[in-house]
Formats: sequence, C-alpha cells, structure tokens
Amino acid sequence: MLASLRTLVRYRALIQSLVARELKARYRGSALGFVWSFVNPLLLLLIYTFVFTVVMPGAHPPELEPFALFMFCGILPWTWFSSSLLESANALIAGGNLIKKVLFPAEVLPIVSVLAGLVHFCLGLPILAAFLIYYRVPLWPSDLLWFPLIVLTQLVLTIGLALFVSALTVHFRDVRDLLANLLTLWFFATPIIYPITQAPGRVQRLLNLNPFTHLAIAYQEVLFRPGPFTQVNRLIAVGLASIVVFLAGYFVFDRLRDTLAEEV
Amino acid sequence: MNAIEVRDVHKVYRRYARRKQFATLKSALLSGSVLHDLRPDAVFEALKGVSFDVTAGRTFGIIGRNGSGKSTMLKLIAGIGKPNAGSIRVAGRVSALIELGAGFHPEISGRENVYINGLMLGLSRREIAKRFDEIVHFAELEEFIDAPVKTYSSGMYMRLGFAVAINVDPDVLLVDEVLAVGDESFTHKCLDKFAEFRRRGRTVLLVTHSLDLVTRFCDEALWLDAGVARTHGDPRRVIDAYLMDVARAENDALATTGNQDPGSWIREAPEPTDSGSSIPDPALDLFKAAEGRWGSREAEITAVEMIGASGQPAHLFQSGEHVDIRLHVRANQRISDFAFGIGIFNAEGTCCYGTNTAIDGGAPGELTGEGLVIFTIDALNLVDGTYKLDVAVHRQDGVPYDYHRLLHTFRVKSPRKEVGIFRPPHRWSFSGGIRMSGL
Repeated sequence: MLASLRTLVRYRALIQSLVARELKARYRGSALGFVWSFVNPLLLLLIYTFVFTVVMPGAHPPELEPFALFMFCGILPWTWFSSSLLESANALIAGGNLIKKVLFPAEVLPIVSVLAGLVHFCLGLPILAAFLIYYRVPLWPSDLLWFPLIVLTQLVLTIGLALFVSALTVHFRDVRDLLANLLTLWFFATPIIYPITQAPGRVQRLLNLNPFTHLAIAYQEVLFRPGPFTQVNRLIAVGLASIVVFLAGYFVFDRLRDTLAEEV
Repeated sequence: MNAIEVRDVHKVYRRYARRKQFATLKSALLSGSVLHDLRPDAVFEALKGVSFDVTAGRTFGIIGRNGSGKSTMLKLIAGIGKPNAGSIRVAGRVSALIELGAGFHPEISGRENVYINGLMLGLSRREIAKRFDEIVHFAELEEFIDAPVKTYSSGMYMRLGFAVAINVDPDVLLVDEVLAVGDESFTHKCLDKFAEFRRRGRTVLLVTHSLDLVTRFCDEALWLDAGVARTHGDPRRVIDAYLMDVARAENDALATTGNQDPGSWIREAPEPTDSGSSIPDPALDLFKAAEGRWGSREAEITAVEMIGASGQPAHLFQSGEHVDIRLHVRANQRISDFAFGIGIFNAEGTCCYGTNTAIDGGAPGELTGEGLVIFTIDALNLVDGTYKLDVAVHRQDGVPYDYHRLLHTFRVKSPRKEVGIFRPPHRWSFSGGIRMSGL
C-alpha cells in the first residue's frame, strides 16, 4: 500500500493533466463554457433564496438571516462531496478502456473526479464571497486561515470514500444507484438546510456521528457566523476520522486492484 | 541475458455463471463476506502453465488462433493484470502497443492528448516536450495537432497513438496486432521503426496473425494453443507446425465430405509437446534446432540434387556457375493444390533468395505419381562461402506437404575475396585522370 502511494506521487503530473482535461472537456462545445462553473451555484443560491424568503419565510431562527446564505455555505461543499462520489462511482467503468489497455495506477481516475470537483467548488467561492460582502456578513481574519484546513479535511475524506466507492462499483454496479439514494439521505442527515441546534438532543447526538455534520458546521462557523472559529474540537475529530477513512478506502482499493482490469 | 522470463504462468478468468447475475452487493453482504464472493466459481483458464524466455535484443513472435491466450500473455507481461500462478520477470522499461490511443479524449486537442498519453505511459512532462516534434512528425499530423481528436480519421487517431507509444523508447516493446493501422507507407514506417529497435538491441515481443511478419522479423516464435505453449523455436518451423494444425482442423471440420483422411497427417519433427513448461526439456533443444523436415506428406521430395557445369550431382560450385537444382517428387495421392519452393540461406541463416512457383506466377494443374522439378540458375552469383537450401512442396497457402529446412548444404568457391552475399555481374571503368590496370 505504501508502494502504491509512492507510485501515486510519481503520477502527479498525470493527475494534474487529467483534471485540466476533465474541466476543459466538460465545457467544450457549450456556449457559456467556464461561466457555467459560476452560473450553476448562482442559480442554486437564487432558488434557495426564493424558497426560504418567499415560499416559507420564518421557518428558521431569526439570527440566521440571510438564511439562503447560511444554507449556501453548506450546499457548496456538499455539492462537491456528492458529485465527486457519484462521478468516481462511474470513473473506473467509464475509464475501463484505459485500465484494460494501459498500465497506470487506476486510483488516478477517482482521485481526478474528486479534484475536478474541488476546482468547481473553488470556482463557486467567488459567488459566495460576493454575497457575503453584499450582505455585509462580518468576516473574521483568523477564519480565513481555518478555511483551507477544512477544505483539506474534506478532500481527504472524499478521496477515501471515492476510492472505496469506485472499486466497489466495478464489482457491484448496484452501488451507483444505492449511492444516489444514500447521498439524498445523507444530505438531510447533515445540518445544511437547518441549523443543528434545531434538531432535538437525541437526534443531535446521531447527527454528530456523521462526519459531514462537522464539516458543514465548520464551514458555517468560518463563513457565516460572526466571531472567531470555535469548533476546533470538531475539526480535529473529523480530521482524524477522514484520515482513517482515507487509509481504509485506499486499503480496499489496493486489495481489489488486480481484479479491476478483468471486471471493468 | 533474458529480457522477459515467463515461468509456468496460469491465468484464470471468471466466467459469468447464471447465479452471478443476481449476486448483488446486498446478497453478498447478507451471505457473508464480500471478498469471498469475488472468488469465481466458474472459471476459464486462459493460460495453463506457459513458460518461455525472450533473450534481450531479440524479436519474438507469438502466434496462435483466436482465443489461444496470446493477448492475455501480452497483458500479463505488460503488467496489466497479474498471473494467478507462476511468475513473470521483465527487465527494463516496457511499453505496450495494445490498443493505440486507448487514453485519448475526443474533446481535446491532439497536442494535449499526446501529453496525457505520454504521462500515462510513464514519460515525464519534460521528456514529452523533448520528443513532441518527433512524435507529431512521425504521425504526420503537423497540420492537425491542435484540432480536437474527435475530428481525426481513425487512421490519424491510430498513427498518433502509435507515435506516442513508440517514442516512449522502451527496453521491451510489446506489440499486439496493431500494424494494420494506416496506409501502406505508414506500415512501412512502423516496420522501419521496429528494425531500428532491433538494431539498438531492444527487445520486441510481437503478437500477430500475420505469419508473414513473423517470418520476416522474428528471431524466434512461440505457438500458443488453448493456453498451452505448443512449440517454440525457429519461426519457420513453428509457423509450419501451426499451419499444418490449422489445415488439419479445417480438414476435420470438412470430414463429413469424407474425401480426406485426417489420419494421413504424418508429422515428424513438429510433434507438439503437451507440457507447456518446455524450457528445461532437453528433447526440445533438438526440436529447436533449425534444420529439419516436416509436412503432411501427401507429396514428398524424395531426393534433391544440385548439378553444376560438370553435369553430375555436386556440392561445390564456382561463383557464377550454371546450376540446376533438381527435386525428385512423389505424390502419394492426386493433388491439385500445390507449389514448389526454393530458398537459399548463407551460413548465418540469412535468406539470400527465396521464391516458389506461386510467387513466380505458376498455376498448379495436377500432381500425380512421380516427377522431377528442375530449378535452373543460369549464374550462381553468390560470394565464396557455405550455403544451405530450403526446398518444399506445399499448398498454395503455405501449408507444407514436405518441407526440407536447411537440409542440403553446398559450397561456392570464388578466387576473389569479396564480402557480402550476392555477386552481381559487374565491371569497372574509369575516365578522366584515373588510370588503373588489371581490371
């Protein structure tokens, strides 16, 4: 497994090129091209604003105004997380030709899916920043230092899960459908469109078992809530969990590696 | 030194049993271990204990029917997949031409694809930049390199894939039936590139159905049949053994017509061995010897004579002498598909000349009973040295009735100490300020 990790480092130039290719290829032929990376989160934000200010105003605590922005702080990273997992579930099957015909570490493919998602996430950040400034949400300078750490934690967690999901999908195609539904459930089990404080105490304990709960809360703390970052304990816990998930995911992938070329 | 060592390699593929279609993650989880379910219950053995060595710097051909395990062998050597048992050792950097342009993305330009493909094949960015012009030039795509690959014709696509793969500059090149790309001139370029590889002492492993390519290029050949190494050694001999087997299989398929008896296939030398692990077998060394005689013997060459200016059978000739090669032929049954062939080899085994009646445009009429074939060489324009003859009577498609491989030796004497093989009739003449006598 360590040797595999070392090979992966050797292939970083390939990963870099593949991410660039992924992004270029995705928007080739569309009129707006890269603008879509900005427009997609913008439209999403407008929809949520409409629902929570026009359709159901007052369904949330008043201190969380503007509520659409609060949700957006969680939805943006969630979109990265869920689309990365869904795409990596397909990555090995879509790249089957490569795995069967070219000798290169197959884990490159799910990792590229996750990294391409990261780039989209980063492209959505200016939209978020623009709205934060527009609504005059006070930004704490030290929070800006925590932000990359949170992103890194999410990256490690997502890659670990992506490796697991991608290798498993090759053997059981059902994982793709299962995953789509699981992610919907997961989304609602994460305090993104509601603050965790609104859940009853027993449910809160359950929600705390979900690693993304801590990530979402950390994002909200850093980006939305005023005051310095107070959720260091949460971040450390989820950081450790992410490393465990990553190692476990990589271990499973490594074990299934030799069967991939045959089963794809 | 061996560039590739394959030892008793087994490869098992899982067959999709009916039960498997319903085995989902859920049932796998319910019935216990996921990993256990990944173990196949119905299997197909693609390779059943194959062993061989490829000496560094040689060109090695693998032939066999479809589904005989050739491509599986190549993939295992390339490292795409692991053998279930046995070991494979490859020395140096390997590049596999298995499917050209396998990693190309249709939406992005040829230039970007070259970089990504090169990175996948293990080159660094700098190495690709250095070879980029050469790659594009080789692929003849200078004008189109910045167009998206989806606009390429299939020939352009293949050429670019080939150009990248060949420029990886591997120590061991694995080629799987990819020479049928592009037009005639590109095929020649590819063959030239292989020849260059050989000159530079690189090892080439070729999997192909083109037996002609194996004869022309390979130093050694291996015949795989249903996952077992049938024979291995001199290419001509391996190919003929293979051709005879194919012909016999066709014959068996036609057996309902009952006009030919499969039992009439008498084979002498290329009796296939059952054991795939053939390397330590001393009997096989004998088999690997280049000389020999094989064929189905519906027709036989009973005697071969060379007659020079003296009018008597001889083995020693002067360079430039008139020589008749006489083949005494006996047909054991009436044959309508036949051709006679002659090949002259020098002591190093280089083919000096080879032809047959089919190449020369002869159409077979009938071959019955006994007969004499005379191949007349008006002037035996060879340099001083020892030469060997291949003579054969075979079907038009090459399946041998009787093939004599390097069995007949003769010597050519010449008072002059020229070098090379062929002595074209020639003369010198001079003009201007050059004066020379004695010519």
